[in-house]
This record gives sequence, structure tokens and C-alpha cells, in this order.
Amino acid sequence: MSGSYYVPPQSKWPALGSLALGVMMVSLGMQLVHGTGGLVMTLGMAAVLAVMWLWFRDVVRESRQGLYDAQMDRSFRWGMGWFIFSEVMFFAAFFGALFYVRVFAVPWLDGEGAKGVAALLWPDFTASWPLMNPPSDAISGPREVVSPWQLPLVNTIFLVTSSVTLTIAHEALKEGYRKTTRNWLIGTVLLGGCFLVVQGIEYYEAYHHYGITLQAGIYGSTFFLLTGFHGAHVTIGAITLAVMLMRVMQGHFSREDHFGFEAAAWYWHFVDVVWIGLFIFVYVF
Amino acid sequence: MAPKLPPQLPPQNRVEQAGDASGTAGHADAGYHHGPKGLLRWLLTTNHKEIGTLYLIFSLSMFFIGGIFALVVRAELFQPGLQLVQPEFFNQMTTMHGLIMVFGAVMPGFVGLANWMIPLQIGAPDMALPRLNNFSFWLLPVAFTLLLSTLLMPGGGPNFGWTFYAPLSTTYSPPSTTFFILSLHMAGISSILGAINIIATILNLRAPGMRMMDMPLFVWTWLITAFLLIAVMPVLAGVITMMLLDINFGTSFFNAAGGGDPVMFQHIFWFFGHPEVYIMILPAFGIVSAIIPTFARKRLFGYASMVYATSSIAILSFLVWAHHMFAVGLPLVAELFFMYTTMLIAVPTGVKVFNWIATLFQGSISFETPMLFALAFVVLFSIGGFSGLMLAIAPADFQYHDTYFVVAHFHYVLVPGAVFAIMAAVYYWLPKWTGHYPNERLGRWHFWTSVVGVNLTFFPMHFSGLAGMPRRIPDYALQFADFNMASSIGALLFGTSQLLFVLMIIKCVRGGEKAPAKAWDGAVDLEWTVPSPAPLHTFETPPRFQHQEH
Repeated sequence: MSGSYYVPPQSKWPALGSLALGVMMVSLGMQLVHGTGGLVMTLGMAAVLAVMWLWFRDVVRESRQGLYDAQMDRSFRWGMGWFIFSEVMFFAAFFGALFYVRVFAVPWLDGEGAKGVAALLWPDFTASWPLMNPPSDAISGPREVVSPWQLPLVNTIFLVTSSVTLTIAHEALKEGYRKTTRNWLIGTVLLGGCFLVVQGIEYYEAYHHYGITLQAGIYGSTFFLLTGFHGAHVTIGAITLAVMLMRVMQGHFSREDHFGFEAAAWYWHFVDVVWIGLFIFVYVF
Repeated sequence: MAPKLPPQLPPQNRVEQAGDASGTAGHADAGYHHGPKGLLRWLLTTNHKEIGTLYLIFSLSMFFIGGIFALVVRAELFQPGLQLVQPEFFNQMTTMHGLIMVFGAVMPGFVGLANWMIPLQIGAPDMALPRLNNFSFWLLPVAFTLLLSTLLMPGGGPNFGWTFYAPLSTTYSPPSTTFFILSLHMAGISSILGAINIIATILNLRAPGMRMMDMPLFVWTWLITAFLLIAVMPVLAGVITMMLLDINFGTSFFNAAGGGDPVMFQHIFWFFGHPEVYIMILPAFGIVSAIIPTFARKRLFGYASMVYATSSIAILSFLVWAHHMFAVGLPLVAELFFMYTTMLIAVPTGVKVFNWIATLFQGSISFETPMLFALAFVVLFSIGGFSGLMLAIAPADFQYHDTYFVVAHFHYVLVPGAVFAIMAAVYYWLPKWTGHYPNERLGRWHFWTSVVGVNLTFFPMHFSGLAGMPRRIPDYALQFADFNMASSIGALLFGTSQLLFVLMIIKCVRGGEKAPAKAWDGAVDLEWTVPSPAPLHTFETPPRFQHQEH
């Protein structure tokens, strides 16, 4: 903590980033509400990604020039750690919704509990989970649910394995075996890709064979909310790891100093833990 | 302006710094302070002081926009019957007033103060992640332009109250709701990133020698506030995402016909919403805990207990959310649980009020404008706290629920609470920002008109509420007419008197009595060791902080 502080120079990316995000949000709204603006939305999304790329590129360059000191490194660590905590709370809201529906809302609709008035709405309704027959006839529930012991189990194996391979890659980096790092990192990214492909297949089957859709009542809603946002996070994590792979191949990172890699690994492990929760509470029980 | 030295000045925090205290001289870094001029300077700035100023100006603008919406509401309620606006537009005004004031005025106001003062109070050169700081700010104008533009969209803007309960906000909402959700997402991203930055700054950039328990309480309260923000803004993002899906993709989260539950919306919203109200008051506690010792010329009474009380409030804030929902049909055990946890909050809050009063006890008190606002805060916030206790009693809440009593309660904690604290902070730190003392005469006028205005507006609402007047209704029964007329006159007085605030700020920026580095003679924190106005870059080499007993 001695000596002077490092204060990074100005950058145009943050301001451009908020502009790009604004364009993306407005055109997303236009698309959803008025059905036009898909092209602008795509451009806005591309602009957001481009800004992220360029912003992070600058940070990587400054880091490679040795401008960052140990204090800056700690700031990045705190920043990433708390960012992941915010993601935990994001998923906590969704898990909370799942538990609330399963423990309270659906049984109450069937007349459980001291109040029981909700049962007056649909007297014929019978509570069950997975909820195959939603209270109103206007909403048709799923015909069948995904068995946890087929594709979801495969995906569990993929993700848990990928956390192991990533740890091996990390240990190899700390020992200076860069080729080993590269190979195990390739394996990790491939496992992430496999996960996404399998989830794609599962979604296809859910929609076309099982009747699990967004519109299929609360079961479909919570199913796609939780698995969908998790899948989006796997995608982000896999892209991040792919970037780390490129950086490893370009000779970035030293044995002691490789926080970019570590941050990506933290994120990946977080995504993995969320999946364990999903596997247990969305699929198995 | 600077009364004669009192007998019992508290010991000063001391810093030793190589070179001059401001650190302006002798740095040869890569020219980051020779950035672009004009508009681009503000667009690209990564300087915590400039970003703090941007936040504060943004907050003040939103305060006036939200205030105008409130005046539309009060004008319509001046008399019974429909006079000025249609009920549909009235609903949009109540909704937008709440949204703009909460997310656009109060929160960014505190973030602006955090940006300016936290680095100065802990001896840091800037925020830990300066570019992220710029990003956090510039998301706000984009988000709020979008939010305000919903008023011009077909079907009008959000009209379901700032709490946007489903299914009013989903099944029965105007088309612009999707845009409202997206703008709130952007404001939420801004808050989360800003909070991450604040935590990283406080945990990592304190001057060598400054331990956690040496930090000024404004820093402590902001640390805890930032934690709350990171914990609950994602929950808000989650619940509005579910709304977005219900509206646009036919999901059933808040639709009982598909097995969902509208009440679930309220649970998730208030899981965010209750910590959110502490997000809007904890930094105010920090400000008052800085101002009262300064003008009482004593050390803060019970520093450690203040820290623990703030932490306790933060923890309890996660356990009380359903007291907003007593009337919704909760199981009895939930009514009892949330009633008792809510009452528990009075304990740490009482510790705080006690400590402020004990700080005043036997102090050499002087009544400059910041102190006036801080003292009014203690008194009027306590009134809001007491009405909160009344509302915490579940059986009584069945009577008060959704009446003007609730409106009176939360305006007492937010206006003479949070807003007065922000104003106190502005008066307190303006000498540091501009190098000039604020005009004391103007300040006093502003203070007294505001105090009278606030109480005239909100105190009668207790009575109309207890008598049964519902909130969010453009017309009302005749027996409420007198109370409402008083409220409307008070609102006009309060709103107009804020022009004095703006006038005071403009005058203070342009000139006034010169302030020394230590502008208030009882002030002790590190920000008073750098010159006034604070140079653009301060503490570029870490100062050495010397611990003092609190």
C-alpha cells in the first residue's frame, strides 16, 4: 500500500456502452410492444458486445503493460466477488419464486391452509407438482415432464466435469505448464458447449414432445425461467473462458498474476453451483 | 460563520502526507487530468468529484421533475371533485412521482455524495473502479429519459403506483409497461455497479493506518447500504423480468389461472422494497452522524454502537418485508412473525436517535444551516419512525392500510428524513466543493420554509388517513376537504421554497465567503485536511492516517 495509487486514464467505452445499452433496450421494447425494431435491436446488442470487447481489451493492455499494482488487483477481486454475489441474489429471486409456488401458491389454490379462500376460484382444481393441470381450462399444462435421469443427468456430468477440468487448467497455470493449461481449458470450453447443445435438444423436446412451454402454466414458467437464465449464464461463462483460452495461447498470464483467468473460473464455478440447485429442485424433486 | 472556539474541541484526525496535503503538485502521470474540455469532459470523466457532481445535478433535476408531478397530484386534491386532470393521468402522476423520487432523486443523490466524499473521507485518490463509475452514472440519464418518455406513449405511462403490483402492472397495464421495465433494468444495473464500486473503494482504498472502526460513519453507513443494494437490486431485476415474461410471453408467474400468484409479486417486490427503504435512509444516518458532532463540537456519542445499530438494521431489513402486506391475507404465523421483527427495528433505530441526542448533550452547539437540517432530521424522522411503529401492529394496520396515514408515514421518513439529510449534506460540504460558504441567510430561509411546508403538507395526512381517506384516489369524500387543502398549500410552499435551494447553490458556486480547508471548526474527518475547494485530484499519494479514540 505504499507509494502512489494507480488511477486509470479516461475511456470512451463507458459512455458509449450506456448509449449502446440504451439503444438495445429501446429497440427491444419496440420489438416486444410494436413488433418492429428487430434489426436495431440486433445492432444494439452487437454494439454492447463490441464495447465490452474494446473496454476489456484496453484493460488487458494496461495490465500487460504492468500498470496495475497489487491494490488494483484487489479492487478487481472485490469487484468480481461482489458481482457474483449480485448474480447469486438474482437467481435467489427465481428460486424463491419456485419455492413459493410449490410450497404455498399451488396448495392454497387447492384449499390448503387456514384461509383457503383461493380454492373458491377453481373448485375442481387439484394441486400437484409438477403442475400438469393448471386451475383454468384456458391454460393447458405440460403433457409430460423431463426425466432428470436422462439429458439433465448428462448435463450435470458435463458441468461438474468441466469444473474439475477448469481447476486442473488453473493448477497447471500456477505451476507454469502452459500447454497443459491450454488443453484442459479447451476441454472445459467444449464441455460448456456440449452442455448448451444438450440443453438445446432438451428445449426442443420440451416444446415439441412434452408440451412444456412458456404458456403451459406455472410449471413451464418456472422451468424456462430458471433453466433459461442459467443457460444464458453458461453461455456468458463459456465465452469468457474462450477469451481466456485465447489469452493463454497468446502468452498472457504469469504463474502468480492471472486474475482474468481466476475471475472467469470463479464465474464458471458459480454457474456450476447454480446448476446443482437447478438439478435438485427443478428436475429431481 | 465561524463562532469563537469552544472549550471542548474533539481531537482531530491527523494525516501526514509527503508534499502538500492536496497532492496537486508533483505528479507526472499519463496526463489523465488533461482530458477533453466542454461536454466531452463530463461525458468521459472518470474523476470521482466530477461524477459526484453529475450525480448531484441529476438528482436535483429529478427532484424537480418528481416534485412537479407531486404538485399536479396536490393541485387535483386541493378540493374534492375532479378539477384539473383525468383519473388516468392522476394515476400516472402518483406512479411517476414515486418512481422518479425513489430511483431518480434520492438514490442518485446519496450516490453523488458517496462519490464526492467517500474517497475524501478515507484518503483515497478516487473510486476503486473509475471507468465503471462513469458507466454507472451515464446509464441513469438514458434510463430516466426512457422512463419519462413512457408518459408520451400510446396508453400513457405507468399508472399502477410505484410499487407496480401485479396484475395491475401485468394483465391490466398500458403497453408502455415494457419500456418501464427496461428502463428500471438500466437503473438497476447502474445501482449494482455503483454499489460494487463503493464497496471495493471502502474495503481496498482506505489510507494506510485507517482501520474499519476508524472510518467516518458516512463511510460505514454507505458500506452497509452498498451491501444492501447488491443484495436486493438483483431481486428487483428478477421480479420485473417475471413481469416482462408475463406481459410479453404468456407465462403465469402472477396469474392464478396458470397456478401462479399475484401475491407472490408482492413478496418478491417487498423483499427488494424493504431493504430499499433502508438504502434510502442509512446514508442519511451517516450524514447526520457527521454533522451533529461537528456543530455540537463533541465527538459522536457511541461510535461503535452506531456501527452495530446500522448493521442490525441492515440484517433486520431482510426479515420484515411482509409488513407491507398485512392486509393481503397472510397466514397468521406470518402476520405475527413480521409484526415482531418490524418492531425489533425500533431498537437499533432508537440507539441511533439516543446517540445523536447524547452527542448534543452539553455540547457547544451552533446553528448553521447544515445543523438546522440535521436537527430537523432527528425530530421529524422520529415522527416517521413512530408512525411506522403504529403501522407495524398488524391488527391496527388493517385500519391504516392503503390510507393517507401510510402516505404521511413514508413521506415523513423520506422528505424530512432522507431529503433533509441530503440537503444538510449539501450545506455541510458545499464549502469543500466550491470553496465558498453557502449564504447563511438564504439557507435559513430555505430551511424554515421547508420545515413549515413539509409539516403542513404531511402532518394533516395522518388525520385524513386515520379517518379513512384512501391513497392514490383523485377524488374524495367531503369530510377530508380541509386536511387536503392544508396539504396542498403546504406542498406548494415546500415546492416553491426549493427554488431558494437552487438559488443558494448557484450563489455558492459563483462566490461567497471564502472557506478555509477546515470549513467548520468542529469538523474532524479527513476531507477537511484538503484545501477548499478540493482540487480535482486529492490524496494521490496515500496519506498516513493516525488513529484517534472515538
